[in-house]
Amino acid sequence: MDATQALADLVEISAQIEAAVLAGADGTVLASTLADEERAQAVARDAVELLQTAAGGAGEPVQLEAAVSEGSVFVVRDDERLVAAVTGRDPTVGLVLYDLKTCLRLAGEEARPAKKAASRARKKKDVAEAGDGAA
Amino acid sequence: MARRRLTAFLVALGSLAGAAALWRRRSAKGEEHVDVYFADGSMVTFADGSDEAARLLPIARRVLSTTR
Repeated sequence: MDATQALADLVEISAQIEAAVLAGADGTVLASTLADEERAQAVARDAVELLQTAAGGAGEPVQLEAAVSEGSVFVVRDDERLVAAVTGRDPTVGLVLYDLKTCLRLAGEEARPAKKAASRARKKKDVAEAGDGAA
Repeated sequence: MARRRLTAFLVALGSLAGAAALWRRRSAKGEEHVDVYFADGSMVTFADGSDEAARLLPIARRVLSTTR
């Protein structure tokens, strides 16, 4: 599943999520529910900043919820990606976090087969080169 | 008679404690805070007024205003 589809599924499944941005660990936008690309970039940058600012003695945060009077902001990350989402006030936190983790997992399923294919291609090349060397 | 009065008193006390707990829980739900979860399963809450919340909450507000 590609990042756009993973994000579309997220917004469809979770009625509480108003907007979401899927980005690389460095904040590069992969997909967004926002029509404006600049706003999506700004959200991704702020999501990275939230994680960096929240990092403390206990190590790197993997997820966070910041609740203010206007609503809540969620950020969940794995090794390669992060997803940031906005909800209204008093969301069902556990449910939103679960949906965001599912979105990350689905977005990751697209990348992994590509990596495996690249690895297989590399192995094939190595075998072919070894065969040429032996001949 | 004394036993019945004691039972009534304890029931009233329990109801009061329950109502107080519910009120505290509901009022805490609406408070501004940041919950941070770490890879080892630990979680920390930064309540409004803490240094960490003072750094994190403005960023969250910025995200909300960007998306709306």
